[in-house]
Amino acid sequence: METEEEAYGQMTDEIYSNGGDGEALSQQQQRRPIISGEQLDIEAYAALYTDRTKISRLIFIADKCDNVSMQLEALRMAYDEIKKGENTQLFREVVQKIDGRLGPNYGPDSGWMDAVDRRAEQRKEKLENELNAYRTNLIKESIRMGYNDFGEFYYTHGALGDAFKNYVRTRDYCTTAKHIIHMCLNAILVSIEMGQFAHVTSYVSKAEQNKNDLDPITIAKLQCAAGLAHLEAKKYKHAARKFLETAPELGNNYSEVIAAQDVATYGGLCALASFDRAELKAFLSFIAKVIDNINFRNFLELVPEVRELIHDFYSSHYASCLDYLGNLKANLLLDIHLHDHVEMLYTQIRNKALIQYTHPFVSVDLNMMANAFKTTVAGLQKELEALITDNQIQARIDSHNKILYARHADQRKATFQRVLQTGVEFDRDVRAMLLRANLIKHDYNLKASRKI
Amino acid sequence: MNLNVNSVDSLVAEIQGLSGSTQDVNHLNNLLKQSEDVIRSQAATFASCLTRLDASLHSLGYLYVLEACTAGPIPEAQANELVLSVVRFIDMCSVEQIRLVPDKFISVCKRLHEQVMVLGAPMRAVAPLLTAIRKIQLSSEHLTPLHPDFLQVCLSAKCYKIGYSILEDDILEVDQPRDFFLYCYYGGMICIGQKRLAKALELFHNVVTAPMSSMNAIAVEAYKKYILVSLIHLRQFSASFPKYTSSVAQRNLKNFSQPYIELANSYSTGNISELEAFVQANQEKFENGNNLGLVKQVVSSMYKRNIQRLTQTYLTLSLQDIANTAQINTPKEAEMHVLEMIEDGEIFATINQKDGMVRFLEDPEQYKTCEMIEHIDSSIQRYDIRIAKNHETVKEADNNGRIYVM
Repeated sequence: METEEEAYGQMTDEIYSNGGDGEALSQQQQRRPIISGEQLDIEAYAALYTDRTKISRLIFIADKCDNVSMQLEALRMAYDEIKKGENTQLFREVVQKIDGRLGPNYGPDSGWMDAVDRRAEQRKEKLENELNAYRTNLIKESIRMGYNDFGEFYYTHGALGDAFKNYVRTRDYCTTAKHIIHMCLNAILVSIEMGQFAHVTSYVSKAEQNKNDLDPITIAKLQCAAGLAHLEAKKYKHAARKFLETAPELGNNYSEVIAAQDVATYGGLCALASFDRAELKAFLSFIAKVIDNINFRNFLELVPEVRELIHDFYSSHYASCLDYLGNLKANLLLDIHLHDHVEMLYTQIRNKALIQYTHPFVSVDLNMMANAFKTTVAGLQKELEALITDNQIQARIDSHNKILYARHADQRKATFQRVLQTGVEFDRDVRAMLLRANLIKHDYNLKASRKI
Repeated sequence: MNLNVNSVDSLVAEIQGLSGSTQDVNHLNNLLKQSEDVIRSQAATFASCLTRLDASLHSLGYLYVLEACTAGPIPEAQANELVLSVVRFIDMCSVEQIRLVPDKFISVCKRLHEQVMVLGAPMRAVAPLLTAIRKIQLSSEHLTPLHPDFLQVCLSAKCYKIGYSILEDDILEVDQPRDFFLYCYYGGMICIGQKRLAKALELFHNVVTAPMSSMNAIAVEAYKKYILVSLIHLRQFSASFPKYTSSVAQRNLKNFSQPYIELANSYSTGNISELEAFVQANQEKFENGNNLGLVKQVVSSMYKRNIQRLTQTYLTLSLQDIANTAQINTPKEAEMHVLEMIEDGEIFATINQKDGMVRFLEDPEQYKTCEMIEHIDSSIQRYDIRIAKNHETVKEADNNGRIYVM
């Protein structure tokens, strides 16, 4: 308890130094240069992922990025990557996007496409024959394998819907828990690619039912998948929980879906945006203390910017925290999963910071506060207004003197008001109820008389 | 014994003879009922009776003849005369006698309503209909079929104040749901005229949530007005129905009042120019529903809503800032709105004209005065009575319920 108070006191001290003294602020910033301002290094980024997600992420970057050289770079890598696989459909898409801008080496290679398609046709025929043979023999395990092969075949060729169907079909032939988990992981992978996050949630819970057969890596994978599903559903709090629980064993084992860095970024941002004070405190103190078995800390080390901004938030260096956020923004917008949520997460984090800033004070000088948040007084006033209207900050603004005053509700008065209000409502409701009872009675009489 | 209706003279004599004691009057009622058809078929002949009967002494007989005379189509030339005689009768008739045949009395009054409308002088029926209601009404909680007529006449004659006087009675007993619907609908409109928006809201709410097995136009119109009044008065509108609302209403009302629902949605954004554009685009629809006036009030209430929201957020704010945030054109106008709201007791504030600053204050009511205690005390007692009554009704309904089951 005592330590908590201490930390609190320290924090408020820092707010003053942070808000009031511009010089100290700039010094601080010099001490800690912000790293991730530069453009996204696509090659390094792409190296984190494998398989299909690498291609879709590259294409996503090309779609969302305004910078032409970056666009072409992403497309070039996507082209090379697809050539390694057998997905002709995606290939055509990328070629169309490149539109000859990368020279003759990156044109529509029809020879390659024909070859791949022909091979695919043959393979499909072979798989069909095999599967039919298995089915007539009624060997469960073989049928399962057959369907699984089909799923993989469709997946590599880009027919995600068919892949999903075939993976799910193996379910009837699963004999051990391991098989079921395998089936679930496949289904989750395809669903994430398709953007069907409702499926993801249901298959995660299905897999988690077989507790005894889950190894740590699989658990971590499932947690990531569940986190993504929650993120997609805008349930940031649940998403944060899932990401924070993810074990470091994940490493690079799930690179076909998510990189370890992403776990840190997603988890950190979701936690900042959605946790309330107490939760955030627990979360922060658990990062701050160096305990051996903390999962999340290891992830955070991979993305120092996120770590720094969480620390800044914790120690109330809002300006520098918001700086980090601002620098990260451009790159986060290029992330396939985070893209739609960046704005909302950012607003929530900012609001949280504003609320936390005002919380301990009876009155706050708006000029100082605007300094701390790197904004103008007028802009700050607008933001505060929205928060007060939302009842997230209990305060009122003295716009004449530019001071924010905390507002303490007068319980006695509020109670009196509520009592009178409730009385009036009660009176009205009872009257209306009696009337309705009367009307229903009339209806009864009418029906009764009709019967006679 | 049969009534002698062979001639005017004999009928008059019979009526005069049997208008004394209660027993006689009852007897007369039976007799008249038997010869109702004869009187009706020869209404023109018997009309002359009226001059020889005393409306206060021989009310029952008078009523039968009067009803027969008014039943058929009335030539315009006689309308004036007829109105006069009905008004005189309503004024003078004896309460005991007319209550024996309420149907006849009501139909005569309804004819009066029709005729004054034909004559284009609704004002003439206002006072007589009020008297008629009081005479036929068994208790002040009883809704008579004349209530809607009276309120409609008041609306046409713009006599909102007198119309409002009967709305102050708590109606609890209803014979005909249709009467009740109309009573609430017209009543709500009168309350709007009297600026009693809370009461209007309550009345419209009653219509919307009344038990009904099929949709009716009154409920639809009431719902539209409910939305508008809710926006003007409460500055918000919740589109969800209370759970006791009939399923028919829950399913259909919104479909019938689409532009109004959209208006409410647009209102909730707080953006005046957007709201105005929406009203402009749908002006015709609102005009057809005869609601354009209310819609305009909705628009102007938006300013007040925006100002009221500021009071929760600010302690001091310049008039210029108020004008900017509430999207009012000039600080002068903003000052006018603020002043109006202070006068209406909607907000507590002081305006400093020297530097154009408005200081918003908290509600100064401390709930410490004797008047406040008395007010609370009387409210509690009123609710107490209400609870007792509620209990009674429920018990009664329970008894009735058993009868229905048997």
